[in-house]
Amino acid sequence: MSAHRGTGHTIRGTLAAFDSPDAMLEALRRLRQEGFTGLEVYSPYAVEEVDELLGRKSRALPLIIVAAGVVGAVGGFLLQYWGMVLSYPLNIGGRPLNSWPAFSTTTFELAALAILLVGFFAFCKFCRLPRLYDPIFDAPGFEHASQDRFLIWIAEREGRDDSDLLQRLLPHGEGVKIDEVPA
Amino acid sequence: MGASPETRQELNRVTHMDVIGPGVTALSVTVHVSDLVLERRTPLWWWAGFGLSLGLLGLFVVALGWLFIRGVGIWGIDWPVAWGFAIGNYVWWVGMASGGTLISALFFLTRSEWRSATSRIAETMTVFCVACAGVMPVIHLGRWWYFYWLFPYPNTMALWPQFRSPLHWDFVAILVYVAGSMLFWYVGLLPDLATLRDRARRRWQRVLYGLLALGWQGSSRHWRQFKILYGLFAALMAPLVCSIHSIVGLDFAGGLTPGWHETQFPPYFVFGAALSGFAVVLMLVIPLRRALDLTGFITLRHIDVLARLMLTASLLLSYCYLIEVFMPFYRGEEHEITVVMSELGGYYAPWYWAKIILNGVVPQLLWIRPLRLNRPLLFLVALCVVVGMWIERYVIVVGGLHRNYTESSWFVFMPTFWDWATLAGSVGLFLTGFFLALRFIPMVSMFELRELLHKKRAEGGR
Repeated sequence: MSAHRGTGHTIRGTLAAFDSPDAMLEALRRLRQEGFTGLEVYSPYAVEEVDELLGRKSRALPLIIVAAGVVGAVGGFLLQYWGMVLSYPLNIGGRPLNSWPAFSTTTFELAALAILLVGFFAFCKFCRLPRLYDPIFDAPGFEHASQDRFLIWIAEREGRDDSDLLQRLLPHGEGVKIDEVPA
Repeated sequence: MGASPETRQELNRVTHMDVIGPGVTALSVTVHVSDLVLERRTPLWWWAGFGLSLGLLGLFVVALGWLFIRGVGIWGIDWPVAWGFAIGNYVWWVGMASGGTLISALFFLTRSEWRSATSRIAETMTVFCVACAGVMPVIHLGRWWYFYWLFPYPNTMALWPQFRSPLHWDFVAILVYVAGSMLFWYVGLLPDLATLRDRARRRWQRVLYGLLALGWQGSSRHWRQFKILYGLFAALMAPLVCSIHSIVGLDFAGGLTPGWHETQFPPYFVFGAALSGFAVVLMLVIPLRRALDLTGFITLRHIDVLARLMLTASLLLSYCYLIEVFMPFYRGEEHEITVVMSELGGYYAPWYWAKIILNGVVPQLLWIRPLRLNRPLLFLVALCVVVGMWIERYVIVVGGLHRNYTESSWFVFMPTFWDWATLAGSVGLFLTGFFLALRFIPMVSMFELRELLHKKRAEGGR
């Protein structure tokens, strides 16, 4: 397998494949106990507990979306206020120029639009998408992660040979397949 | 009752119907659904349907071309009935679009199990219905090439759009709904597009789905963000779909025309939208589960649930129909009574009674369980509702305008060939898009079914 393709990055480590999410979670638990940190799970659907085991949380996206909603709503209202009160006031039967109830629906819609667009682009940013090539795609059997298998990527630890430890932690039992990924 | 053997067997076998057929596994879902797109030879019915759709689309292009050359005078509209088919079609299409959003967003929030297998068909339907809906108000403008005047853009005359007008609210609402339904659909497709990319054998497929999947890996990082985004989008789309139909209702309620000036219109339109939306989903799901061999994923439970929802929406709408007749008499407003009497017994009475029968009476058959599970009959009921809902919009748009306050502005609207051609052509636009989607997009959300299967196995130990 070639070491340099696409992005020019190389990754070294072990990819373990499991038939069921439970077996994968069990292995992940053991790996965590042994102090492995460069772990990532690839699965055909979101498996609960994985984030907990990997100790990862994400609060940024909801906050960004709430902020986008607030900015969209305030900006949307100010746009209408600017147009109807400041820039082009029309006196229709002496009604108030700042007719905020009539502005409320557009305010809501523009807040929704801001949430949709900002949410999508923030999601892409956090997922590092679009990223059409990643070295992990070259790992043998990686295509099963989007179908029916649960993969754990164990990045090689600097200056350590963990092959014996991994042999012990991830026995070549039923439903487990281990590949060294030199790429 | 005319129930097929399969139905009777199913009825005897289970009282509580399964949301997924026996013997379905995560792998079988993946293989079957992706092979429909990647491997299966395009079936004959697809070519036949696609050909017919293209024919209708051609008619649409001709109708629009003639419209652009000659202007809206080719339609039957005139003063005072200046809103004719185009607006009725718009409300009809945007109403049907709601079915997909309700199923994919509202029932996602309620964690309904039956949603997973039907959500993709419903969402795809929404995207193309919204496209048809979006065309209608633009072509209705007359000078359609000035439609961008609705945007608050800096212009040499320093003019602004009128933000206080329900018609402008509607413009903004359609815009946001188009963006929302497409993004919601696309985000929900990402993991499945990655599956197609990974299973594809031909080069063009790998390139196409590789690009569309944006490099989705299914890593825990991706799923974490995906769950947050999808949940938030669902929480936003559910009120958004209610808002757009409420605003469509306000288009009418904001006018002083008798028969339009009704405070009940916003919920009235939401109920009508839900009814027609569920009906279209049924009309697509019933033939597709056979044609694409999806009976293991889309079970009779799904059919039953959708039929119940259609019945519920029909009851809600029937209540609005009653109030619609009651209120003018309760208020004692002379002209409104004139409009109601003209609807009940005047020139448009056949249309009015057709709407009552098709939307209010026919769905009452669905109280009976064997009839709910009888697919051909259910298809016919859904067809009645879809036709009935078009008639309802026609009666609302034209009914109010043709009997305005002064007798000098009484008028009978007669649709022309080009009115009908625009309506039929828009169906062609929808079907062409939907048939293309059938060929290139997985019609069942594979990753959701995998998750559902896992959950079922964990619960039931089977």
